[in-house]
Amino acid sequence: MTDRKYCKMISRSKPGPGDGGKTGSWRVLRPIINNEKCIPVKAKKKACFNCWLYCPDCVVTKTIPPTINLEYCKGCGICAEECPASAIEMVDEARFIVKEK
Amino acid sequence: MHIIESGNVAAATGVKLSRAQVIAAYPITPQTPLTEKLSEFVESDELDAQYIPVESEHSAMAVCIAASSAGTRAFTATSANGLLYMNEQLHWAVGARLPVVMCVANRGIGAPWTVWNDHQDSMSQRDVGWIQIYANDHQQIIDSVIKAFRLAQTVSIPVMVCYDGYLLSHTYMPFEQPEQSLVDSFLPAFSPKHFLNPEEPGNFNTVTLPDVRQGVDGVIEPGYIEIRHNLHQDLRAALETYAEIDRDFEKIFGRGGNPFIEQYKCDDAEFVAVAIGSLSYQLRDVIDTMRNDGFNIGVMGVQLYRPFPDEVIVQALAGKKCAIVFEKALSYGNQGPLYSDIKSALYHCSTRPLIHNYIVGLGGREIKTAQLLNALTQSCASSGPIEDTSHWIGLKL
Repeated sequence: MTDRKYCKMISRSKPGPGDGGKTGSWRVLRPIINNEKCIPVKAKKKACFNCWLYCPDCVVTKTIPPTINLEYCKGCGICAEECPASAIEMVDEARFIVKEK
Repeated sequence: MHIIESGNVAAATGVKLSRAQVIAAYPITPQTPLTEKLSEFVESDELDAQYIPVESEHSAMAVCIAASSAGTRAFTATSANGLLYMNEQLHWAVGARLPVVMCVANRGIGAPWTVWNDHQDSMSQRDVGWIQIYANDHQQIIDSVIKAFRLAQTVSIPVMVCYDGYLLSHTYMPFEQPEQSLVDSFLPAFSPKHFLNPEEPGNFNTVTLPDVRQGVDGVIEPGYIEIRHNLHQDLRAALETYAEIDRDFEKIFGRGGNPFIEQYKCDDAEFVAVAIGSLSYQLRDVIDTMRNDGFNIGVMGVQLYRPFPDEVIVQALAGKKCAIVFEKALSYGNQGPLYSDIKSALYHCSTRPLIHNYIVGLGGREIKTAQLLNALTQSCASSGPIEDTSHWIGLKL
């Protein structure tokens, strides 16, 4: 029998951060949290965390204050939509590109 | 043990002997008696399998994809527009490298609606990446099904076993039914390297980026183009593996030795007729008549169409005066697909023959032996190439 190893390449991914690549580069709008409005920050209590709960990519931390991992955040805006305190603003990425230049 | 049965029952018996574990099918003429027979085998506990009656061919292939992904031996069968309805899932099964086996009882495709035999259905699917085997009689149907399961799981590529609707699917012929214990020794249990396993959670075939990427464990994972290149390389290598599997089959069952092409009176022939399926056996009668009339002619049946056994075909045709390709299929607006492929394979051959193309029998139009004789006699008499477009046999209007 030929000793060829068939099917050496398939498309597979394992659970873990970034297995779909650095998806932060897809982002057009960047979520910015306003800590003055954020409920857990204001209450100094582990409360609300709707942003953490609803994020489909699990890039929001359940911390005070919550943080967002911009390497993988695709900028979908669900966190901003779900925040009961309207503490998250979706800001045009172009603004940050200008600053970086 | 020899039994006398239909081609569809030969196929079903091959599937039973191969111990398929999941069968999903939707009935379509002329495939229906094959899947009916399989459901009888399952119902009577002769075959320990899940029989899943689905609502469409697309779903039949989707079930086979799921079953195969879970690590079981999956089978389906179809014909004509049923095969076309599966098209998107055919691409998926092969891209996912799942060793599904499928029988295709060849039938013409609508519109206009037809239920009779030609090869347009499976030929239209030649570029999806599946392996395509064509059987010429009932013995080849049952043997090819058993070999197909071994080939599919060895190379991780799905296999289509095609045979002529009605001409083979519904006619009765004696054939040897292999012993179960011998089939078990030929065909080991299916134990895939990658399958859906709760112990190792993961995704298969989600969005795969254009470029390579680093996986979570640091290993560089292939991009789409690497995965497709690997499939193509594996298909080319499958030629040798199929020849080895065929030799192994011959050792155990005493049948085989011609996995790619079957040549009849070709050794000293100046002219070679070429065809796929039962037509290649019908042509043997014509060749016998022509031999009696002094023509040096033979016939070559092509049994493996994808991957294309180009080297073997070039060896068989090099130095001949003319190859005459008869086809029950057409790439509309161009030529017969087999003709194009053979012509392309011969391009680098310094002693390449002339090559002629005849289209026959579409939608089940009867192919009369006298018509084949007439066409072959004309091709043998013409000293040059006929114009590079296919000639049609048997048109009445």
